[in-house]
Amino acid sequence: MADHAHAEAHPHVNYVRIWQILLALLVVSVLGPMIGIKIVTLITAFGIAVVKAYLVAKNFMHLNLQPRFVLYILGTTLVFMLLFFAGTAGDVMKHSGDNWHKPYREPEPVAAEHH
Amino acid sequence: MRPIATTRSAAGLPTGLLAVWWVLASEIVIFGGLLGSYVMYRLLHDAWAAQAAATNTWIGAFNTFVLLTSSLTAVLAHQAAEQGDGKLAARRLYYTCIGAATFIVVKAFEWTTEIQHGMTISSNTFWSFYYTAAGLHALHVIAGAILMLFVAADAAKGRELHRVELIGIYWHFVDIVWIFLFPLLYIAK
Repeated sequence: MADHAHAEAHPHVNYVRIWQILLALLVVSVLGPMIGIKIVTLITAFGIAVVKAYLVAKNFMHLNLQPRFVLYILGTTLVFMLLFFAGTAGDVMKHSGDNWHKPYREPEPVAAEHH
Repeated sequence: MRPIATTRSAAGLPTGLLAVWWVLASEIVIFGGLLGSYVMYRLLHDAWAAQAAATNTWIGAFNTFVLLTSSLTAVLAHQAAEQGDGKLAARRLYYTCIGAATFIVVKAFEWTTEIQHGMTISSNTFWSFYYTAAGLHALHVIAGAILMLFVAADAAKGRELHRVELIGIYWHFVDIVWIFLFPLLYIAK
């Protein structure tokens, strides 16, 4: 059938195994920051998020099996996002500049975790 | 007569699948812009760490577990659809919908608690980002689950099985967005 032609190109992937790896990474991303070292937090929280996203995109979305132009479409939007970041960060990440001052007050600290 | 999303393949893949990728491309810009803005403010304001400390890591982690598991059932539904087993595909899509419902119920409980403690969308900029980002994501979860119910109902009758893959790809994207929201809102304290 025509609508199965694309799907049948997918090779066998052990999806349960991928899911188990994702759960293991989730555990690491929760426990890692508890050590309290900033660089460990960055790696275990955000580094692992990138790895998890890659595993989902590759194995569940089968992004690696799509025509190359699909990657270009998605990649272009990511580049636009980075351009947005680069274009605005210079202003957003400062409190004041030439003839302007950001009227911003830091929020009051909230009590410890409420749950 | 077969729908054009199934039969036409001018770009080398079915039009329906191409449309899903275009939707996701626009979603990357929406969520990317939102999260990019959040990261900029978060890097500038160390005081936000004290705000983030009020979010509950364990609830966030549980919801991550729920979404990762629902992604598994979604891709297993796709696998069943590939094999032409519409009933099994439908059943696995229903499991995915249960995951979506669980996610929303947990989030409702979480938000209710936070709002009762005075942390609302207008409390300060951190909470504005928190409710906007998590709320926009939750809307995507709800929309995806509703669409999935329609796809599952057709799949159960052996119809339009190609849509199982399409809704699955969307669902995995929603999962990926949460994979990044989780450390940003719940872990970076």
